[in-house]
Amino acid sequence: MSTATTRATPAPAGSVGTARTRVEGRDKVTGAARYAGEVPFADLAHGWLVLSTVARGRILSIDSGAALALPGVLTVLHHGNAPRVDVDFVGLLGTRPDPTCALFQHDRVPHMGWPVALVVAETSEQAREAAETLVVQYEKEDHDVAFSAAHPDAYAMDGVMPAVTGKGDLDAEIAASATVVDAEYTTPEEHHNPMEPHAATARWDDGRLEVVDSNQGAGWVQGELAKLFQMDPSAVRVRSEHVGGGFGSKGVRAHQVAAVMAATALQRPVRVVLTRRQMFTLIGYRSPTVQQVRLGADADGRLRALEHRSLSVTSTVHEFVEPAAGVARAMYDADAHHTANRVVRLDVPTPTWMRAPGEAPGSFALESALDELAEGCGIDPVELRLRNEPDRGPVSGLPFASHNLRACFQEGARRFGWAERDPRPGLRREGRWLLGTGTAAASFPAGAAPSTAVATAEPDGSFTVRIAAADIGTGARTALTQVAADALAVPPDRVRVRIGDSDFGPAMIAGGSMGTRSWAWAVTAAAEELRERLALGSDIPAEGITVRSDTSAAVGALARKERHAYGAQFAEVAVDVTTGEVRVRRMLGVFAAGRIVNPLTARSQLTGGMIWGISMALHEESVRDPATGGHVGADLAGYHVATHADVPLVEADWVDDPDPDDPVGIKGIGEIGIVGAAAAIANAVWHATGVRHRHLPIRPDRVLAAGTGAPRA
Amino acid sequence: MAPSTSSAITLNINGEKYPLSVDHRTTLLDALRERLDLTGTKKGCDQGQCGACTVLVDGRRAVSCLQLAVAAEGREITTIEGVAEGERLHPVQQAFLDLDGYQCGYCTPGQICSAVAMIEEHAAGWPSAATDDVRPEAGPPSLTADEIRERMSGNLCRCGAYASIVQAVARAASAPARSDGRTGVAHTEETVA
Repeated sequence: MSTATTRATPAPAGSVGTARTRVEGRDKVTGAARYAGEVPFADLAHGWLVLSTVARGRILSIDSGAALALPGVLTVLHHGNAPRVDVDFVGLLGTRPDPTCALFQHDRVPHMGWPVALVVAETSEQAREAAETLVVQYEKEDHDVAFSAAHPDAYAMDGVMPAVTGKGDLDAEIAASATVVDAEYTTPEEHHNPMEPHAATARWDDGRLEVVDSNQGAGWVQGELAKLFQMDPSAVRVRSEHVGGGFGSKGVRAHQVAAVMAATALQRPVRVVLTRRQMFTLIGYRSPTVQQVRLGADADGRLRALEHRSLSVTSTVHEFVEPAAGVARAMYDADAHHTANRVVRLDVPTPTWMRAPGEAPGSFALESALDELAEGCGIDPVELRLRNEPDRGPVSGLPFASHNLRACFQEGARRFGWAERDPRPGLRREGRWLLGTGTAAASFPAGAAPSTAVATAEPDGSFTVRIAAADIGTGARTALTQVAADALAVPPDRVRVRIGDSDFGPAMIAGGSMGTRSWAWAVTAAAEELRERLALGSDIPAEGITVRSDTSAAVGALARKERHAYGAQFAEVAVDVTTGEVRVRRMLGVFAAGRIVNPLTARSQLTGGMIWGISMALHEESVRDPATGGHVGADLAGYHVATHADVPLVEADWVDDPDPDDPVGIKGIGEIGIVGAAAAIANAVWHATGVRHRHLPIRPDRVLAAGTGAPRA
Repeated sequence: MAPSTSSAITLNINGEKYPLSVDHRTTLLDALRERLDLTGTKKGCDQGQCGACTVLVDGRRAVSCLQLAVAAEGREITTIEGVAEGERLHPVQQAFLDLDGYQCGYCTPGQICSAVAMIEEHAAGWPSAATDDVRPEAGPPSLTADEIRERMSGNLCRCGAYASIVQAVARAASAPARSDGRTGVAHTEETVA
C-alpha cells in the first residue's frame, strides 16, 4: 500500500503558458483514438434516417411493408409508432429544444429534409437499402423559402441579447455628419461541416440508458435526453471521448433521439450516423443575413451616427436569431446608436450557433462599413478604429474589464508592414494580379459559466481530474492538464485529465468560447483545495483523496462589466483580373484574448478561425432551390470549404492580456479568430481592385461582373 | 437459386491477411471500420470528396469510400494503423504530433496517409499543378509549401490546421529514411513561414 504524498514535491515552473503537444496526440496520429461511431458494441444494429422529400406538407402514409421484408431489417420507426417525447422544457443553456430533435411526433413536414422515419437493420447496408425502399406519401403544400430584405413577415426577436437597442436621433446625426456610409451587406447560408459526421450509439445497460455520442457537452446532451424521454438524469449516461469537430452543431440532434428510440424498441444497441448530405438539414446552420449599416462621422472620423440592422432566417418550428447587429454594441459608440436583429420564418430547417454566431457575419458588415468610412474620411483604417474606441460599453454603459484592441492593432500593423501601405486602391499590379491589403477589428464576448470538477490524489502520487468537458479539437484536454498541474504544483505528466462523460457532473459545454475558461476555473478550484488538503500531511488511502468543486457561486459573483476578447486582422490578397479569382496571399491576426494556456494549440485554434474567415470570404455558400425548397449540391463538392491550396501563410499571435477576474486569466479563443477575418479580406479586395464587395462569398463571377476601378495599365 | 449478394474474400491489410465474408455493397472503408475494427480510417463524407478515408492501395493513396471491399482483394492495403513501425512513429506522424498538425484529429489519419504517399510521389518525380517545369528531365520540383498545398488539397481539414499540416509534411519529407526506406526523399527544403 502506497502512502505517497505530495509534500516533498518542489513547485515546478508553471506549465500554463508553455507549449505542449496534445495529451491524446499519439492516439490521433496512429488512428487509435476512437470517435463516437467507432466504439465497439456486441449485437449492434444500425439505424438509417429517412428524410422528407417535400418542403412543406403532411405525411399521408408510410408503407413499411416492403422495407420490413428485406433481409436484416429489424424495425421502421415513424410518427405512427414512435414513443412520445416531451419538448416542454428549458435546457442547460436556458433555451427550449429545437423541435427538430422531437422525432416522429406528428405528421407535419415543416421543411425539406425533415426526419420522417428510421429504418433499423443488422448492417448499415441493409438499413440504407431499406430506407431507400420506404414509400412515404405526402400531401404537399406551397412553401416559402425565399429570403430577402423585403420579406413582409420579418419581426424583431430577442435571443441571447435584446433585439433592439437605440439612443439618439439618427437622421439628425447623419445630416450633421461630414462623411456618411449607407450600404447593404449580405452573407449566405453557411454550414458547420465538422469532419466527423454526427454519430450516436444508444443501449440499455441494466436499466440505465447509455449513449456514446459525438457532442460539445456530455452533460448537456444527457440532460436534454433525460427531459425528452422523461427520465431521471441519473438514469442517463452520455460519453463523448473524442469529437471530430463541432463548431456549434453538436448538441442534441435527431441521431441521438433516433438511436435511443430504436434501442428501446429493440432492446439492443443501435447506432445512428448521419450522412454528409443529411447534415445539411439536420444539424443546424448559420442563417443567411441581410444587413444595413449606416455610419456618419465628423471630419476627424469620430462617429456621430451608427445604425446596424440585421435580418436572418428562422424556421416555422423554432425561433433562433443570428444576432449580427450585436457586435456594434460592444465595439463602437456614437451619439446616435441604433441596432436591431430581426428574423423571418420560412419553411427551412432551424439555424443554430455556428462559430462566432452574430459576430462572424456582423463583423463582416460593420468592419467593411468602417473601411468605407475610412476611405470617405481619408483616414487610415487602423487610425479610424483607434479614434473610435469607446471608454464604456456603448449600449450598456458598463466599464470594460479590459480593452486591448489598441495593442493588437499596433503590434499587428508593425508586423504586417501597414505603415508602408499606400491607401489608394487599384494601384498595385503584378501581371494579371491586382494586389491589395486590408484590415478589420475583432471582438468576442469573454464569459464563464458554472461548472463542477473532481480532483483525486492517487496513492501512487499521480492525480486524476474528472470534468464533463469536451475536446472538440480545441486542445481543452491538454490545457486543463496544464491548469491542473499548476494548481497542484506538480509536473503535468503526473496529472491525468478525464473528460467527455456526463457522470463527471455538471459542466459548461464547449461553446461560446467559454468552455476551457469555465472548466479551468472548476479544475483550479478543485485542485487548489486538494493541494491544501495534502499540505496538511495526511497519507493517501487506497481510494485516494478526492475534492469536488462547483464554481456556481464564484461565477455568479462576477461583477457586471463589458468583457471581451479583441483582435486585429490583416490580409493581403491578389485578384486575377482575367478570371475573377481572389487568392489570399498572407494573413496576420493579433489577439488580446486572455492568458494563453498552451501557445502550440492556441495558435492552431486562432489560425483555424482565421482560415474559417478565408473560407467565409471566398468559398462558403449554400444555395437553396426555390422550386423544391431544398439545397443544391448539399455535399463537400457543392459546398466549398477552404482546402490546403486556398490557405497561404496564416499567422496568429497575441498580446499580453490576462483576464483580471479569472483565476487563470483565461478569456477563450475558440471564436475570436474568425471575427473580422472576412472583412479584412473584403477590404483588401477593394484595395486591390477599387471595387467594394458587399456580398459573400466573393466569387469569381462577382469579381468579374463588378469589374475593377483600377486604372488600365 | 437467388444470386449471391456476398462473397468470401481475403484482404491484405498492413501485412496481415483478413479473411471475411462481405456484402458486395460494402465499401473498403466500411469493411475496415465495421468488420475488421480498423477504425483509424475515417468516414467524413462517404462520397470521395473529403479525403478522410484515404488509405494506401499498392502504395498509392486512394479514398477507401469509393472502393468496394470485394475489389480490394489481392491489393496491399496500408491504413493508418500500419503506418508506424511498431512503437516508432512514422516521421509524418511524429511531425503532425510535434507541430500540432491537427485539431479534432478526424481528418488526421487521411492527411497522414496522403502525406506519406505524396512525399513518395514527389520523390518519384510526379509533377503537380503547382509545378513550374513539368519536363521529365527537370526532375522532381523543389517541395515548396505551395507544392505541398497543391498535392494535399484532396484532404479537407475543417478545423483549419492547414498551416501546421504543411509545416509537418515539409519536416517529415526532410526526415531521415525509415529502415524500410519508405520516406526520406531528396529535395530542397524550404521554410514555410
